[in-house]
Amino acid sequence: MKELTFGTLLAVFEEIFGRGLFWIMVLLAAAVTLVYLYVLMRDRAMSMRKFLWAQLSMPFGAILAVIFVQRMTHSGLRDIGGPVDVIVLLGVAVLGAVGGAILVYTVQSLIRPPQHSQHDG
Amino acid sequence: MTGQDHFKPSRRGVLGLAFAGAVTAGLGVRPAQAKRIATKARIIIIGAGAGGTALANRLVERLDGAQITLLDPRVQHYYQPGLSLVAAGLKPSSYTVSQTADWLPAGVTLVAEAAAAIDPLAKTVATDKGQKFDYDFLVVAPGLVLDHDAIEGFSLDMVGKDGIGALYAGPDYAAKTWQAASKFTEEGGIGLMTRPATEMKCAGAPLKHAFLIDDIASRSGAKGKYEIHYTCPQKALFSVPIVAEKVRMLFGERGVATYYGHTLKSIDSARKTARFETAAADPVTGEVVKSMTEMPYDYLHVIPPQRAPEVIRQSGLSWAEKWTDQGWVECDMKTLRHLRYPEIFALGDVAGVPKGKTAASVKWQVPVIEDHLVAAIEGREGTELYDGYTSCPLITRVGRAMLVEFDYHDNLVPSFPGVIAPLEELWISWLMKEVALKATYNAMLRGRA
Repeated sequence: MKELTFGTLLAVFEEIFGRGLFWIMVLLAAAVTLVYLYVLMRDRAMSMRKFLWAQLSMPFGAILAVIFVQRMTHSGLRDIGGPVDVIVLLGVAVLGAVGGAILVYTVQSLIRPPQHSQHDG
Repeated sequence: MTGQDHFKPSRRGVLGLAFAGAVTAGLGVRPAQAKRIATKARIIIIGAGAGGTALANRLVERLDGAQITLLDPRVQHYYQPGLSLVAAGLKPSSYTVSQTADWLPAGVTLVAEAAAAIDPLAKTVATDKGQKFDYDFLVVAPGLVLDHDAIEGFSLDMVGKDGIGALYAGPDYAAKTWQAASKFTEEGGIGLMTRPATEMKCAGAPLKHAFLIDDIASRSGAKGKYEIHYTCPQKALFSVPIVAEKVRMLFGERGVATYYGHTLKSIDSARKTARFETAAADPVTGEVVKSMTEMPYDYLHVIPPQRAPEVIRQSGLSWAEKWTDQGWVECDMKTLRHLRYPEIFALGDVAGVPKGKTAASVKWQVPVIEDHLVAAIEGREGTELYDGYTSCPLITRVGRAMLVEFDYHDNLVPSFPGVIAPLEELWISWLMKEVALKATYNAMLRGRA
């Protein structure tokens, strides 16, 4: 690869998913993040009960992300060939875990907003 | 719950974080734009494949008012790096097909006719439909031709039947190749792999096909009852010695039998036998002795000799003393400029340079030609040089590949040294081939990578 700029990277991702789908996914991810920030600001507190559920969902998010990537690329765990592969695999898992946790927390907060004053969670 | 359970972000802090994220995300999106140069230059590009299309997109960005004309009769654009995947049943043939016109920018003219004659002295190109174009600059990027007739007893209508494959011949033939190969991976027998004695596009592809079919057969019905025989006219499995050695070791591990000095000459499909011309040095005199030998097959993969298109060879653009049976364009290996006609450039497969009949090479050749062509219009000398870079995500089985990158000097030139080892079979290299490569290729076609 001659030069790897942010612009090239965007172009590559646009081509992987198609321009429309890629930007829809970016917007979705941004929207979920913004709603997450919104509920944090609205509630002025992080509910540990909701956060616990979010944490419990993390392994599922991680495993789902790994399975998704492997399905899309005709590959499996037997193909892990070196340290960089382990890093990529963990990276995918972490992304899935964090994404899943944020999604679960946000959905809970939207469905069940705090009922009392801002000191309760 | 008590207050200790709560993490309380301040509103201002959260907003600040969001703003910082937005600013970071927006950074570096727009590459610096060079000033467009006003010109009336007439530029003809023969061929709207990977090279012609990428160059047209970049020239349109650089030049204001240039008349850019592409000549190519083929309506469809083929993503050729995908053919190996199609021929192993991993992608449908449609994965490699798009429309030529869809990749071209506004402001260039596509003439759906083939170049039939080039007159480098009068600076004209005539088409097969009788049109004639004058040019100030000519870029020849017509690709190459597969000389299937050179293999006696073989024709393309045999592909997919009776255990014969030929994945180079295009998307449909790659899909038919998988029909024949998949039968072999279920039933077993002898899989016979070949490659030509001429220069060829992507010299890694014959190896990839052998690796993929071996891997699939080892996990399918043929398990334990098949052999792969890999033949090549050369004395090594790859032109870069360090890669050749690695492949030799992998073939050893997989039990692939290698036959050097074997050139496929004819096939007898009724007897399922292929005839090879063999060349071996006489142990006493050291003289190379040629003879013929027959090898049986249940699955045969044919890659025919490859040559420059007739129009190139007829127009006097080819090397006179090199590759005389193949006719590649005589050009400087660093600038790709014709050695006798400075207003002509050779791009892609047709260029008479020691390495680089791949899309990865094209990606590096295009900016060099762009630089020298624009410089010539401005009346100065270009500075960009091509050093033979090419890359080959050498698939070693479904799910793993080696990201081999090298140059004219047989040096490895890894893009990610210390992270992605070039001679290691890695999942990440496979991911690049399967997911990121077509995306990068498409971005290149649009002149964006």
